[in-house]
Amino acid sequence: MLDFSLMLEVLPKLWQGVGMTGRLSLLILLLAFVIAVPLAFARNARAPLLNVPAQAYILFFRGTPALIQVFLVYYGAGQFVWVRTSFAWAVLRDPFWCLIIALGLNGAAYSGELFAGAMRNVPAGLVEAARALGLSWYSTMRTVVLPLAIRSALPAYSNEIVLTIKATSLASTITILDLTGMARLEVARTYAPYEVFLAAGLIYLAIILVLTRGLRVLERRWTVTR
Amino acid sequence: MGYLPQLMYGALITLGVALSAVLFGAAFGLLGAMAKLSASRPLRAVAEAYTIVVRGTPDLIIILIVFFGGTIALTRLFGRTVEVSEFGAGVASLAFVFGAYATEIFRGAIRAVPVGQIEAARALSLPAPILFLRIVLPQAWRVALPAFGNQSIILLKQTSLISVVGLEELMRSASMAAGATREPFKWYLAAACLYLVMTGLSTILLRLAERRANLGYERR
Repeated sequence: MLDFSLMLEVLPKLWQGVGMTGRLSLLILLLAFVIAVPLAFARNARAPLLNVPAQAYILFFRGTPALIQVFLVYYGAGQFVWVRTSFAWAVLRDPFWCLIIALGLNGAAYSGELFAGAMRNVPAGLVEAARALGLSWYSTMRTVVLPLAIRSALPAYSNEIVLTIKATSLASTITILDLTGMARLEVARTYAPYEVFLAAGLIYLAIILVLTRGLRVLERRWTVTR
Repeated sequence: MGYLPQLMYGALITLGVALSAVLFGAAFGLLGAMAKLSASRPLRAVAEAYTIVVRGTPDLIIILIVFFGGTIALTRLFGRTVEVSEFGAGVASLAFVFGAYATEIFRGAIRAVPVGQIEAARALSLPAPILFLRIVLPQAWRVALPAFGNQSIILLKQTSLISVVGLEELMRSASMAAGATREPFKWYLAAACLYLVMTGLSTILLRLAERRANLGYERR
């Protein structure tokens, strides 16, 4: 049924794509995290000037497909002459950076909502106690709210990491040769979609299984249990 | 705005794919949940493998396997070239993915039904299918609804991946309009807005359904 020798034959090729998938995932997670933290504060802020834009941002990026966001950045940006003549074009012309921008903005919306929820769930009494002891807003955040929020957000955040890795497969739709892109290239060469796509799927599965095990160990270490 | 009708038509196809996939996916999920909760070890192992594999593989890979692999499998099966319809392959692959998430949702919801209820039904010697349909399912449904609804909205967005294999749903119509008019930003943004309307309305419908399912449980 399945041609296992062919699966082994395409493995080195697919491996080249794994490096790209890893680089994309890391950079996307980094960008998403950097945006998500201020976004979470804005989302929880009482001032409508901060809170409304943050909610609109989250609504848009969570309410539309990631694929359309990728296409909006990659194909959409080039529609405007002023973009093409600006210095940003060097970045927006490159599918690699377009994917990182699109999925980074997308991931920020999900993580931002997650962090905001975790911060809201820190018991109000703890925050009041910290303020009553004379801690400044900054110290209250750094020593009371954030450590508790990070711990409670961790399981859901590991899930975000897995979803991000899976989402990088969209890279293949804008000519990036990530794991999925390499697999599609190899299918075109060998006409063996089963073997190649199954091999690629198994590689994703292996990466994600190892990663979730590792993350679970971290979760256990960082969660204080009696 | 000449391509707007085409976009609206694409949105209808998107809704059709999503609804069919939710329906079939729910069936997969129900079977999966029953297998996970069954006493048979092989059944449990199959269901466990199903959820682990699907949740650890990108949806795009599964769509590509079902679409390209499906053509080959059916061709070998019937001995002549069989074209897999994009709609069928799209629904099948999305339902397969959805079923894995629904399995976990239903499993948790069924386990949340108090054991006493099931014991009481057994004591009244209700036959197993009636027990499941009249006692377990209505109570589990209430628990499953929020997560099931969220997963359905995720599925609605994932239908855009079917455009990669050529089904003319909303995403694909937007790509064609973008290519023909050379205004990609405008058309992708228009499509994004249509998706936003669909996910927004689904969220509102879901809240209403949740309220209705919780009618007997409201706290006074």
